[in-house]
Amino acid sequence: MELFSNANDFLLWTRGDAFNIAIGIFIVGSIIRVLEIFLLGRKHDFSEPRGTEWGPGLKNIISRSAVDSGTFKRAPFVVVVGYIWHICFFIVLLFFVPHIELIHATLGLKWPGIPSQFVDASTVIAMAALLAMLWHRLTHPVLKFLSTYEDYLVWLVTFLPLLTGYIAFHRMIDPYPMALGLHILSVELLLIVFPFTKLMHAITLFIARWYTGAMMGRKGIES
Amino acid sequence: MNEQTLFELLQQQGVSRRGFLKYCTALTSLMALPASMIPTVAHALESARRPSVIWLSFQECTGCAESLLRSHSPTIEGLIFDHISLDYQHTLQAAAGDAAEHAREQAIKDNYGKYLVVVDGSIPLADPGYSTIAGMSNLDMLNETLTGAAAVIAVGTCSAYGGLPQADPNPTGAVSVSSLVKDKPVINVPGCPPIPTVITGVLAHYLTFGSIPELDSLGRPKVFYGQSIHDRCYRRPFYDKGLFAETFDDEGAKKGWCLYRLGCKGPMTYNACATLKWNQQTSWPVESGHGCLGCSEPDFWDAGSFYNALSIPDGDYTRAAGYAVATGVVLGAAVGFTNQKTKATAAAQHTNVTVDDFSLNKKNK
Ligand code: SF4
Ligand code: SF4
Repeated sequence: MELFSNANDFLLWTRGDAFNIAIGIFIVGSIIRVLEIFLLGRKHDFSEPRGTEWGPGLKNIISRSAVDSGTFKRAPFVVVVGYIWHICFFIVLLFFVPHIELIHATLGLKWPGIPSQFVDASTVIAMAALLAMLWHRLTHPVLKFLSTYEDYLVWLVTFLPLLTGYIAFHRMIDPYPMALGLHILSVELLLIVFPFTKLMHAITLFIARWYTGAMMGRKGIES
Repeated sequence: MNEQTLFELLQQQGVSRRGFLKYCTALTSLMALPASMIPTVAHALESARRPSVIWLSFQECTGCAESLLRSHSPTIEGLIFDHISLDYQHTLQAAAGDAAEHAREQAIKDNYGKYLVVVDGSIPLADPGYSTIAGMSNLDMLNETLTGAAAVIAVGTCSAYGGLPQADPNPTGAVSVSSLVKDKPVINVPGCPPIPTVITGVLAHYLTFGSIPELDSLGRPKVFYGQSIHDRCYRRPFYDKGLFAETFDDEGAKKGWCLYRLGCKGPMTYNACATLKWNQQTSWPVESGHGCLGCSEPDFWDAGSFYNALSIPDGDYTRAAGYAVATGVVLGAAVGFTNQKTKATAAAQHTNVTVDDFSLNKKNK
């Protein structure tokens, strides 16, 4: 027997079992990675603290999002395209109404969406940014030398949801349930790969930034 | 039995040539064909014989037949319906018992190779006893009736895709017509129920051209099921602008905004509701304020709540997430403590390097 009797069957699977599996692996993997970091522990610091930890830690989480002029001078392309990519990606992820419905249903949070033309344009820009970064990686000799298969895997699983989302939105694959199913499946792939690759930075950046800020704060240094 | 042509029959009923052409015009638009096809249709109908139709009702609710019969006359639907020779339909026929079954057998014999079989309802395979007619299982009756059929029209989602009887956990082992019939053309006319105009449009096509219309990958005639509800929905501009009704009686609902958030399955549903509408073009579900349920699609009963947006997963993901958190904590702790142990062992086994280790005149061990 065929795996799926029709496109709807496939869509149902991606919205049902496949989602459960993906979200399960995502949660298990992420918790392992985070616990691993925390359980490694730190030696007790016996020195007298010269400042607080929490305030500077939290501040650092935000302030480190600003462009650092040194980095910009050294790698303007990466900074500019990197910002464009992240901003457009978050617009698509967080402000497309079907996505908001998903977040509302799973996490209970809700906010207003934006017209789909903006989401559409952001998708195109985000895809262009990702393609530009791939091109940069492939043409820059040092970057290319340093790149491992993981970098390309991460690129692919990030690009696919955008591409399939664009295809589904414009109904470029018939029948539509197949297009939507492929989109959902590509996101599930991203969720599965996430904890085991550098995509994990989306979570660990908060820990790392907070720790740096808190350490500086404790030592009474401006971070 | 059916030697009269359709034209002769209409003439007999006092329909003029002009009336006949009007009928052809209506029929052409019913089949969703361009107006330039009217002469072709007229020509075809002048010589078309009344086809014999055997209508088999299996695991169904009679909603599909009602959909067709309740379309008020005199309509084109009614006309078409009158002008097929419906030789067997156990809800409608006057004959009962043996006489009724005899009518079916007679129709098969008289029109061997030429008659149409319409099926509504699914066929139970788990146990034939779930649905029998005159002591005969649905499967046997289907097979027997199909021997001399020219084509089968599966009317309604139950016969086209299994429908309600097939919904999880499918107690009767219900299956669709197309999963059983491989050697005859099967036309699926899904919908719960299908739009009457679509049922008759498909009949009209067969009546006129003696052939089956072009079908999509799910066996549906493309003329009626070629576009999604969402693509032809008059609320679509609101979808694109991001304006959605959030409850059935909020401001958005009153202003006619998109029903996606209220669970409309229009984006994944292929049917003609948005263009042909219902009840003689009066209105259609989305126009009357309720989202599309996706009734012309396979598995629509199993696709989660009718009131959940299409983008929402419909498995028991809260439970999956709960298990995942527990597993993650246990595994994470295990990995964490193993790492700690590795660190401690490494620290314990660490020996300090002394200046002697670098001594040039150190004796070889
Ligand atoms: S009401 Fe349904 S079919 Fe109409 S635009 Fe909204 S989602 Fe699409
Ligand atoms: S609007 Fe949707 S659910 Fe309603 S009849 Fe049409 S296809 Fe079926």
